[in-house]
Amino acid sequence: MKHFSFGKFLAHFFLLIIVFIWVIPTFGLLISSLRDKDQVALTGWWTALKHNEFNEIVRTEKSNVQFEENGVFIITGNLLKNSPTKSVINFGITSKNPKAFKAPSKVTMKNGSTFYLKKDGSYRWTSDKEFKHKKGKRIFLTVNTPPSLTLENYKEVLVFRGLGQSFINSLTVAVPSTIIPLIIGAFAAYALSWMNFYGRDLIFATIVCLLVVPLQMSLIPILTVYNQIGNFFGVSAKSYVGIWLAHTGFGLPLKIFLLRNFIKSLPHEMFEAARVDGASHYQIFMKIILPLSIPAFASIGILQFLWVWNDLLVALVFLDKMPSEIVLTSRLREMLGEFSQNWEILTTSAFVSMIVPLFVFLSLQRYFIRGLVAGSVKG
Amino acid sequence: MSEIVIKNLNKYYGKNHVIQDVSLNIDSQSFTVLVGPSGCGKSTILRMIAGLESINSGTISIDGNIVNDLSPKDRNIAMVFQSYALYPHMTVYNNMAFGLKLEKLTKDEIDSRVYDAAKILQIEELLQRKPKQLSGGQRQRVAIGRAITRKPKVFLFDEPLSNLDAALRVQMRVELAKLHDQLDATMIYVTHDQTEAMTMADKIVVLDQGKISQSGSPMDLYHNPKNLFVGGFIGSPKMNFIKTRILKKSSQSISIDLLGQKSFLLKKTTTNLKTGDEITLGIRPEHLKISKDLKNAWKGKVFVVEKLGSGTFLYLDKEGEPLVVETDGDSKIKVGDTINVAFNPDKCHVFNANKEVI
Repeated sequence: MKHFSFGKFLAHFFLLIIVFIWVIPTFGLLISSLRDKDQVALTGWWTALKHNEFNEIVRTEKSNVQFEENGVFIITGNLLKNSPTKSVINFGITSKNPKAFKAPSKVTMKNGSTFYLKKDGSYRWTSDKEFKHKKGKRIFLTVNTPPSLTLENYKEVLVFRGLGQSFINSLTVAVPSTIIPLIIGAFAAYALSWMNFYGRDLIFATIVCLLVVPLQMSLIPILTVYNQIGNFFGVSAKSYVGIWLAHTGFGLPLKIFLLRNFIKSLPHEMFEAARVDGASHYQIFMKIILPLSIPAFASIGILQFLWVWNDLLVALVFLDKMPSEIVLTSRLREMLGEFSQNWEILTTSAFVSMIVPLFVFLSLQRYFIRGLVAGSVKG
Repeated sequence: MSEIVIKNLNKYYGKNHVIQDVSLNIDSQSFTVLVGPSGCGKSTILRMIAGLESINSGTISIDGNIVNDLSPKDRNIAMVFQSYALYPHMTVYNNMAFGLKLEKLTKDEIDSRVYDAAKILQIEELLQRKPKQLSGGQRQRVAIGRAITRKPKVFLFDEPLSNLDAALRVQMRVELAKLHDQLDATMIYVTHDQTEAMTMADKIVVLDQGKISQSGSPMDLYHNPKNLFVGGFIGSPKMNFIKTRILKKSSQSISIDLLGQKSFLLKKTTTNLKTGDEITLGIRPEHLKISKDLKNAWKGKVFVVEKLGSGTFLYLDKEGEPLVVETDGDSKIKVGDTINVAFNPDKCHVFNANKEVI
């Protein structure tokens, strides 16, 4: 029997609440993005997974399809267009009373004809006299509709609204912006923890100081430098290379700091053993540090990737808004103005931008958690 | 022939003079143990031989070549660390082959060396395991195996057994001694445990505060300690020290005060001593005998009895430090008993006020 403790219970309870607070909107976003745009406008996402009743007005076939059988004129057809998943619950023949009859039932019309409607929407309309109507008769239906989810919205935003291109742009920004600082940071962290050279502690102290420099402060000076370089070489100041370098610069101090703390925490005898075994610094780094630091690299890489992926400010400053460069966050912001009424487009776009962080987080969460304690606890 | 020659070695950590003018010759194929309390500099000397620690002044030569500025891999040495220092992400095989791969040996050569070493250490069936799947003793074997595969001239051991439990330590001690016979290599072994030093060494070097206190064969150190420190460090339980003063000095003998109870004649004489000088008497527990004879004897009350089976140690209450007496295993003496303890004047060591033997 486990010991019951109130503190534990409370902790679990709050954890559950946090999970709910996070999961429900995410789930809602996902469902909304998969729904038909008309349904999004009518009902909330939570109704999407159960059968819904919709009122429809349909018309019967025109009189020209009638045929005669034993002196009786007959029109047959299907009011639900043979949709196998829908079914009729109620129907009516006047707008005053649209739910007058329960399907299946036989109804006698004003002109004496008999109308028989089955649940599946098929009907048989019989009359002694020949049908003369030109337009089909209006029938009011209450239709039971099963949940219908569609990928139509995704096709719409990815192909026609330029989100697909933005997705690729975001990846183009995020992948190198994660890999470059990680590589530089790893080498720097190794040097700062295990190589003896003059000024090592000063360099490390400087890096720690850089941790607290606000990004916003350095945006404009860097852009000015980029402009000068761009003018000098006659190229645009805004380019992918520019934003890679910017993210690298902004991310490096923290990456070096975390990686250095991790590498420093590895037992120093291992390095000495490797040195006695004849390994150079480069060999120690490649054959011992790298394999042992994969959890740290992974977690720190995830942090950097998520940060870059969700970044709007740096992308706005260092990239143009043309389709070939606009990133997801920036495109999303524009869509918010463009399609403020089109919920299906906004929810779908939002979910597209969430897919990558969600995937990264769910598949690598154990590294992510380790990353949060990197440096304080050995990975 | 000397394999390793250390001349006037000095090392400073900031202002701390941790190795003070140490000179030492280590014979080829010998098993030399550097022993001393923590902080005495024994590990530092070993690491300087390995090339992991820089040298402030003096020289270290291996096989006639001064190696001061050579990197560890060029010194023809291998080192075994206290914490094993295995590479946790590699299998045992790869751990042992790591250095060989860096030397760019052929695969067959690496294979044969690793299997030979594994055979010597009886870890053949562990070769495909990772270090975390091994017990402490097995890990230490792998660490030793890693050293063996490189076929070095000199093996350096930095307290390799101190992470193991007592039983395993004894077993590994025997195996290391066996290994030394098998490999015919020069081994330098650092430990703070005098038992390890006594049992394994051809030559013991006792270090104290960055200086060599005394070096020699284990029994030489045991029987003829040059100073108080070596006398106290070698042997377990510790040598008993009794502070006293000279009452009278003649040409043949000196008469000393024995804890105020007796005056007693000692045959050792030197010209440096004068009447009234303070001296310390050192007597090993096994040289104290329980006897009824009151000559050269004290009375004391037993306050602890340690039964080891093969022998018994009695702790006698004697103003200040306890006096340890060894007696036979079946001794009936109990705590609280008062006994007479006598000693053989020829077997005792006398140290002067400078803690040197006379």
